Amino acid sequence: MDLPKETTSKLAKKITIWVRFLGSMNLAITLLLALSIASVVGTVLQQNQGYTDYIIKFGPFWFEAFKLMGLYDVYSSSWFLFILLCLVSSTTVCIYRTAPVMLRGMRDYRQNVQLRTLQQYPDCTKWVVQQPVGDVRHVAQSILSHHGFSARFKEEKDHQLISGMKGRGSRLGYILAHLAIVFICVGGLIDGNAILKARELMGLLEPEHRNLPANKVPAISRLGLDNMAFRGSVSVPEGSQTDALFINYKDGYLVQNLPFTIEVKDFRIEHYDSGQPKSFESDLLIHDARLAAPMTQTISVNHPLIYDGHAIYQASFADGGSELELRAWPLGVVNSTAAKLQSIVGEVAPLVVSEQQWSLEMDDFRLFNIMPSEDPAKKFNNVGPSVTFKLRSKTGEAREYFNYMLPIDRDGHLYYLSGVRESPADDFRYLYIPMDDEGGVGRFVTFLGFLNDTEKMEQLITKLKLTENVLPAKEAGQVNEAMLKLVQLFLKSGFEGVETQLKKNVPLDDQQPVITLYIQVLQKILAAAYMDVLTAQGHDVSQGLDPGKAGFFTAATVAIGALERYGSPVYLQLDSFTHRQASGLQIAKAPGENLVYPGCAMLIVGIFLMFYAPQKRLWVWLQQTDKGLELTLVGQSSKNKMDFSKQYQDISAQFERVLIS
Amino acid sequence: MSNTKTALELELDKKPFWKKLSLFDAAWAVIVVLAGFYTYANYAALMDGYEIIILISTVISLVLSGWAWKPVRVMVLTVAGLSLFAISRYTTGLMDAETDFFLRFLFSSQSGIMWMSALYVLATLAYLVAFVARSEFTGTLATALTWSATTMGLTGLMVRWRESYLVGVDVGHIPVSNLYEVFILFSIITALLYLFYERKYQTRALGVFVLFIISGAVAFLLWYAFERDAADIQPLVPALKSYWMKIHVPANFVGYGAFALAAMVAVAYFARARAERGPADGVLMTLPSLEVLDDLMYKSIALGFAFFTLATVLGALWAAEAWGGYWSWDPKETWALIVWLNYAAWLHMRLTKGWRGKPMAAWAIIGLFVTLFAFLGVNMFLSGLHSYGEL
Repeated sequence: MDLPKETTSKLAKKITIWVRFLGSMNLAITLLLALSIASVVGTVLQQNQGYTDYIIKFGPFWFEAFKLMGLYDVYSSSWFLFILLCLVSSTTVCIYRTAPVMLRGMRDYRQNVQLRTLQQYPDCTKWVVQQPVGDVRHVAQSILSHHGFSARFKEEKDHQLISGMKGRGSRLGYILAHLAIVFICVGGLIDGNAILKARELMGLLEPEHRNLPANKVPAISRLGLDNMAFRGSVSVPEGSQTDALFINYKDGYLVQNLPFTIEVKDFRIEHYDSGQPKSFESDLLIHDARLAAPMTQTISVNHPLIYDGHAIYQASFADGGSELELRAWPLGVVNSTAAKLQSIVGEVAPLVVSEQQWSLEMDDFRLFNIMPSEDPAKKFNNVGPSVTFKLRSKTGEAREYFNYMLPIDRDGHLYYLSGVRESPADDFRYLYIPMDDEGGVGRFVTFLGFLNDTEKMEQLITKLKLTENVLPAKEAGQVNEAMLKLVQLFLKSGFEGVETQLKKNVPLDDQQPVITLYIQVLQKILAAAYMDVLTAQGHDVSQGLDPGKAGFFTAATVAIGALERYGSPVYLQLDSFTHRQASGLQIAKAPGENLVYPGCAMLIVGIFLMFYAPQKRLWVWLQQTDKGLELTLVGQSSKNKMDFSKQYQDISAQFERVLIS
Repeated sequence: MSNTKTALELELDKKPFWKKLSLFDAAWAVIVVLAGFYTYANYAALMDGYEIIILISTVISLVLSGWAWKPVRVMVLTVAGLSLFAISRYTTGLMDAETDFFLRFLFSSQSGIMWMSALYVLATLAYLVAFVARSEFTGTLATALTWSATTMGLTGLMVRWRESYLVGVDVGHIPVSNLYEVFILFSIITALLYLFYERKYQTRALGVFVLFIISGAVAFLLWYAFERDAADIQPLVPALKSYWMKIHVPANFVGYGAFALAAMVAVAYFARARAERGPADGVLMTLPSLEVLDDLMYKSIALGFAFFTLATVLGALWAAEAWGGYWSWDPKETWALIVWLNYAAWLHMRLTKGWRGKPMAAWAIIGLFVTLFAFLGVNMFLSGLHSYGEL
């Protein structure tokens, strides 16, 4: 070192100031509170959502502002890590400065203490005793050791001093607890994604946003085997395998390669009687060139597999490409017949309905659907399988549908339920298609087709001769045409739509009677059409309808009225399926655990030692005076001073009883 | 010399530890150990290795706490007796709770917990009367009521444990799995902590303060049970099916209970500090001295902090097993950390900076609100992995 002396001393001074600042209690307390306030932010603002969600929530300006502040991933933002690093440094400096003092204090019996100093402690008593000094010493040492104090004796020219000490653990606890914080934070930082962020800043890494299979993801978004710590997930269909997993990163993802291959042989869900899931299990096969034979292991929630430093968890499940057979019933088409359709969950296929191009995105298949039960004895009810899919028009607009496979009982009638929604943020609105006597939707579709058949409807309306008995006599043809339009209006917008339209066209005074009349006529036409359909299907309707068929009519007209809002040209009925599940695995490599876990143990031991083994000291000072042997008993404790004072009173009472009385 | 020697020998009674135990202490240990063996013999098939360790630890800690705190033995034996009796009344199934007199009105878990609620509220009133009227007798009654409430609450939980197995063997689990159940646990633990300090400090003046918060918990419990039907026994989601629940949750609630106790002592501190300026014979002057209150506040925060640390670490270990990582910054985890940091700062302030008195008392009260948010607010306002009790 060629630095001039002055500079070095200046530097040393600066370092001292910094060390003092870092090790100061004020800074430590400030950091503790700062960290807790910073932590609040991340719980108030939902973390790691898609960026589009944030834009919708905050608007473009605040979205950018919050993004800049790292608020979408607070716990790995640079300022949060900075606070954490400050806490680690502060604690480290604190340990560095106080640990030697503490360790010395643990061994130091403070035998060089002066009587004057001792007399300043609040717990201090003085007696003059008559016994020989040797006996008094013996008494003092016995009492001290009886109370668990280890003692040292020291003889000086004018006095003898017995120094007792107990609860050295307290200081050890201090060191352990603070060292633990450093261990835990450093371990946590290793396992966190600070390293990934650094690599991204250097331009070595870029999250992928497209929906790609793992092997198609470009190298810039891939992480190799050199990545020390990660936590990601992957969905593996039964019978398939993977050697990579996906890590959510910012608004995209990264692909992490694994040094081995995981094959999911089988995935199982068990259910409680009530239908709620009870356990998820996967049978895994680990293929690794380093293994003589593939390793088999079953994992379940709370029972992961630890292999080669990787922990493999059962995290979730999904559909792994179930094969579905469906029937597509075109809606509102004359003489509609179902077309057979095959689909695989996760695939997109074109669908042609009434010469229009659609694309069918089969999203999910569920084997069970648990609903609150109407039966008071049972809380839940399994209503069977369902499919979720999207129908996308040529213009790219899509609606999402949710169809149950089996009919569902509502107030004693059975319906096929099909839910629809425009966006994932909405709830599904359900179309209730009444089940016919054959157990299907055939009659509903035929009825609907009939109503859409202009030719047949014209004949029907003419046959009804509405002009003669109900409506004012005008030209029959005109009336019939109007009635046909009424039916078409109904098909488009239901009873409500008819009402709204009439309210617009009829003067206010006459509205109510006119509306009632029109609805009655409409009902009559619909009923006649329904009768025709039933007759055509070979039912005898001459004796009137049984309640089932009557109920069907009411439900069907309600459903037809809702079709416009249903928005699909087709009803997809699930016929059969081959269920194939995918196991959602979470795979983590967290070498920081080797610091965090010992840190946790140290923290607990340290804290209990600190609180429940406070360091206590007792001194017995013996000095010959004119009046006799003067004995001074002094006590001191680092914590729980009130409790110690009580103990001191007991001990000093013992001294008094033995030596004075 | 011989005089001194005898006096010393008399003073330092060197009987070994076990000789100092009375016949009752020995009997207690024997009963608890036998009960442990009985449990093991009958239910070992339902337990994994860890749960057997938990059973052994429970036996040991019960024996020790019975030796250290005698009244606890009476309570434990009563709880055991009542629970066994209640269980024996379930002969055909859960329906017995409707038909059997004892179950319906006294010991089915629902009734037990209703009794607990009523008794805690009565105890609060009794403590209030004892405090205002300075009535020794009412004070004794209040203590008895608190013990009875705790006994009924624990019996209720024990019976509920059994009832969960009557719902279905695969449904059965320790009743600390949702917000309803842990609220019962919270009331019981807070009451026990209070009773411990009541005896140690020989004062009942704090009773009204502490029981007030327990009554608050009871009010919530009743609202939750009746308005939200929360009292039904639900099967566990797969993530909760673990032995960790048996240690993580109770440890957490020792923490919460102790923090609540500390906050109520802090309220008493303010009351007493105010009374210091008034006449010396004011009712509030019957509260322990400021020094004692300050000490008690520190002790319960220290106890709470130690157990809360333990619980959080246990939670992290469990998370590592169930969620795939020891720390996920899940809202509940994060709020546990916030609570922890807050009390860590409190303890540093007191132990190293030597702060005492009103600021620390105020901070302890704020601490309760932070704790309350971690305990309740997270379930109400935030969603995450930890959503086991939703409002």
